[in-house]
Amino acid sequence: MSTGTRTLGNRYNALEAGQTRLQAQPRLLRHALSGRTARRALALLLALLWLVFAAGPIYYMFIVSLEPQSSYLSSNPWFPTTGVTVSNYSAVFSSGFGQYLLNSVITTVGTTVLAVTASLLAAHVIVRRARGVSAIIFRLFLVGLAVPIQALIIPLYVEVLRLKLYNTLAALIIPLAAFAIPLTVLILVNFLRDIPRELVDAIQIDGAGPVRQLTALVIPVAKPAITTVAIYDALTAWNNFLFPLIFTQSSNVSVLPLAIFNFSSNHLIDIPAIMAAVFLSVAPLFVLYIGARRQIIGGLTAGFSR
Amino acid sequence: MIARLPLRRPRVVWWAVWFMAPASILFAVLVLVPVVVAIWLSFVRWNGVGAAHFVGLGNWSQLFSDATAGASLERTGILVGASWVLQEPIAIALGIYIAGRQRHRAVLSALYFLPLLISGAGIGIMWQNILSPIGGGVQYIGMHVGFLSFLNKNWLGSPSLVLGTVVVLVAWEFIPFHMLLYQAGTRGIPNVLYEAAALDGISPLQRLRYITLPLLRNTIVTSSTLNIVGSLTIFDIIYTLTQGGPGESTRVFALDQYIVGFNEMNFGYGSALAVALGALGIVVSLIIIRVTGFGRMRSQTEGL
Repeated sequence: MSTGTRTLGNRYNALEAGQTRLQAQPRLLRHALSGRTARRALALLLALLWLVFAAGPIYYMFIVSLEPQSSYLSSNPWFPTTGVTVSNYSAVFSSGFGQYLLNSVITTVGTTVLAVTASLLAAHVIVRRARGVSAIIFRLFLVGLAVPIQALIIPLYVEVLRLKLYNTLAALIIPLAAFAIPLTVLILVNFLRDIPRELVDAIQIDGAGPVRQLTALVIPVAKPAITTVAIYDALTAWNNFLFPLIFTQSSNVSVLPLAIFNFSSNHLIDIPAIMAAVFLSVAPLFVLYIGARRQIIGGLTAGFSR
Repeated sequence: MIARLPLRRPRVVWWAVWFMAPASILFAVLVLVPVVVAIWLSFVRWNGVGAAHFVGLGNWSQLFSDATAGASLERTGILVGASWVLQEPIAIALGIYIAGRQRHRAVLSALYFLPLLISGAGIGIMWQNILSPIGGGVQYIGMHVGFLSFLNKNWLGSPSLVLGTVVVLVAWEFIPFHMLLYQAGTRGIPNVLYEAAALDGISPLQRLRYITLPLLRNTIVTSSTLNIVGSLTIFDIIYTLTQGGPGESTRVFALDQYIVGFNEMNFGYGSALAVALGALGIVVSLIIIRVTGFGRMRSQTEGL
């Protein structure tokens, strides 16, 4: 195992050892030293160490993306000692990043709308008609939850070719939506089940058909769950790398994760520009995160956090 | 399948058929059909263009004598085990820490979750440059900060170091997610338990040992299984970091089946590897669904 791994392991051991040590001290002494404060300080110290490891690389990526390519190698890369430039960002944009950004937005929005709409319709049926064919399909969805995408890339590639979708954004949107459906349906079903039956029956007696039940009752009530799954599906689509790697070829349908990979293979030595490209690919999510942290975190653990 | 509805019910509920159709068709065409095709392909020899030749169990017997596949499976095993051992304790400790409501902990947790927003590809490319032996940030620290001089190594270029490096970077990518699970799990523990324990004069370590950890049991199970399935199928970060190299030092099983399938255009044998990977993943995932129940059948706090 590498030294890096050992460092992390030690960090945790130190945490435990620290607690045990404080524990072992006689009660009186511990009070005298104010054990509570010491313990908290130690925990904070370890938490800050993790902060350096977790956020340091992101800080580094941002700082390097602002450094002039000419002086990056000759100076301390951790601080912009030789001045700050945005020329790396303009280089990235002039290599077609506007197009890649647009492709990513289209793919993400398309996937999310398709997956959430299809799943919401299906979830409504599954909850309203708990027996029969819909229950069997629901069980199939649950089994589908366990199928890893990586294991299906060869048949998917063949299918995308046969359906004449190869090298289009639809080749990303349709499979991404299909793979998002099991979890999206599951979360929506769990939520829709909690809508009191009487409410649905009441609105039905008032003459509301299935579509009206959805728009007038289910969607307004299920808004938090819909937001959560939409964020989860959108993040998954935005960050997916495997599908564009296999299903697309030309740069006019390139999405950001593939585009930054190609950019970094083509600009091996221009590290500040590569960092600018990677940072640009995350920047929209960072901005959203600042504005809607609670919702995004809810979406990140959709279905798993209990 | 939908056409058979009248067998159970005398009349077809057309709105239900239309509502089920989009999700069912998408799922059938792009998830179920590929599963069947993958299994079929695992019995043929095919390069993707010509005709496919049925070879029976040929691919499968090849799999069991394939030294490359064996070595890659071993690397996957190391990655899965080391990732679990490294990630879970750190995620539990930090998850419990950021479950506290103090302001500085909220700020820390907001920053801790940043890696979750970056794609696996982005993480791979970012770290590749940070760890670069030519002017990378980690090398710079190793050269200029005395007590950190051990950092001055070729972390991704040395065959003996690279798998360990990958384990650490995978931890960087995934610990925030597991931390988030443990934060939510810890916050779900009823406060009355801690209040009752405080009256009994329990020590912080006892509190951890007898209240927090036992009540996090379900979270530990969920997190561990997600962790194992995740490491088993991990692809993006390794592909962008090393593409399996140097040599084959980081050619894990998911990469092996991709390389056999798409670089060597060996769709038949690649599918046999993929089916083996999928079967491993499904076995572990079914355990998740069984153990966690997803419907919270078993309560951790029964009687409260």
